[in-house]
Amino acid sequence: MHSSPFDLYHTGISPVHGLDARVKLVLALAFVLCVSLTPVGAWPVYLLLLAVTLSAAELAELGLGLVLRRSLLALPFALAALPLLVTLPGPTFASLRIGRFLISISGPGMERFVSIVFRSWLSVQMAILLTATTPLPDLLVAFGALRLPRLLVAILALMWRYLAVLIDEALRMMRARDARSGCVEGRGGGSLRWRASVTGAMAGSLFLRGFERSERIHSAMLSRGYDGTIRSLSRQPPDSRSWRLMVLGLAVLAGLLLLGYRLG
Amino acid sequence: MTDRDCLAIQIEGLRFAYPDGQVALRDISLCVGPGEHVAIVGPNGAGKSTLMLHLNGILTGQQGVVRVGDVEVTAANLRLVRARVGIVFQNPDDQLFSPTVFDDVAYGPIYMGLSEPEVRERVSLALRQVDMESYAPRTSHHLSLGEKKRISVATVLAMDPQVLILDEPSAGLDPRARRKLIVLLQQLRQTMLVSTHDLRLVQELCSRTVVLDQGGIVADGLTSVLLADEQLLRAHGLEPI
Repeated sequence: MHSSPFDLYHTGISPVHGLDARVKLVLALAFVLCVSLTPVGAWPVYLLLLAVTLSAAELAELGLGLVLRRSLLALPFALAALPLLVTLPGPTFASLRIGRFLISISGPGMERFVSIVFRSWLSVQMAILLTATTPLPDLLVAFGALRLPRLLVAILALMWRYLAVLIDEALRMMRARDARSGCVEGRGGGSLRWRASVTGAMAGSLFLRGFERSERIHSAMLSRGYDGTIRSLSRQPPDSRSWRLMVLGLAVLAGLLLLGYRLG
Repeated sequence: MTDRDCLAIQIEGLRFAYPDGQVALRDISLCVGPGEHVAIVGPNGAGKSTLMLHLNGILTGQQGVVRVGDVEVTAANLRLVRARVGIVFQNPDDQLFSPTVFDDVAYGPIYMGLSEPEVRERVSLALRQVDMESYAPRTSHHLSLGEKKRISVATVLAMDPQVLILDEPSAGLDPRARRKLIVLLQQLRQTMLVSTHDLRLVQELCSRTVVLDQGGIVADGLTSVLLADEQLLRAHGLEPI
């Protein structure tokens, strides 16, 4: 079994795939910052930002379907902005009657709600673009280059490596349980309480196995000289083309932000 | 045993008990000469893995002395000892903990304090030795067990150890992967200690065999002689070939 829900990388050869991971990370973070700072209701700027993500997805040959499908992830977060619809004062945009209650949605509330949902959707799209075009090991190097503490990068790396192993282990356990979950006609299945206790015991043994594995990994690290400090090789600095692209990208984002303030 | 035999590894009166009181090793004394390939065989729970972990100080005996070359395994010498002794653990998923194969093979050399060009040189040499050069950018999780095993060997070869310790190297491998691993190990010149149940592997790889049972050494001699002694093998949970 080779399941890994964290394999978000989409293999491909495109200008976006080929770009230095550090440059991509900086631009993606700057994009999210720019999206968050753009004022409410600057619709033309939102559309321009959407054009940026969609063109990048097209350039990366990801297919719009993949990006849009994965970006549905942003939807649950929209719920957090829902109260804005009814709490912001202003002229009524629409009213809704539920039973005896009349809910009126204000115009400014609606504008802010749609702005927030649209902007979080844009940010998620950029995160998807970044993870789909950059292998995670490269991204970890980029985190290191941006001075994220090494310990944190090491934890992320180990988590990425072993979550997949742990999920495989859980799947194997569940398969073994299913293989022994036979049922004689009219009987079997066990009580809910019993099944719950079996599931609980499985979770417990998964934890214990994970704990024991961590001990073995630690031994393997010690055997190869680990002394409590995190070390890694230094990487080549980005080439001049990457620098130019980064500066250009940052300038475009700054321009869009200024435009947003003009219009907002 | 003459002194000459102890030049690579010398263990004297080693005793170890786990915190729950279970005695895992009792009065182990063993000498291994440079370049010798020694098999440690015995039933499950005989203390094979525990003994292996003493050789680079992951575990330290409550009594007795372990020497690797002229260095005694003590808390003060751990770094030196670990640069000299490479352990390949049984489960490659424990051994390969980095995001990519390159990072894993580079791990030991980086911790040895080598310069970047030296680290890259070591990695490429070690991967070439196990015939896996093209795997450097790959993710370990997606490799087969045989491939992971070879990469695991590369992770310690990159440290250029004097002593190589292998815990159940052939466990779980299919015949082809097992054969490739045996051929690879036969080519290595390091002093080698192999803990295993695979007596055919022992026959091909090791000239000397040590039988361990209930934490003690019960036989130590030429592989050809010990493996022919059916009574001895059966008495200690092993199946004659």
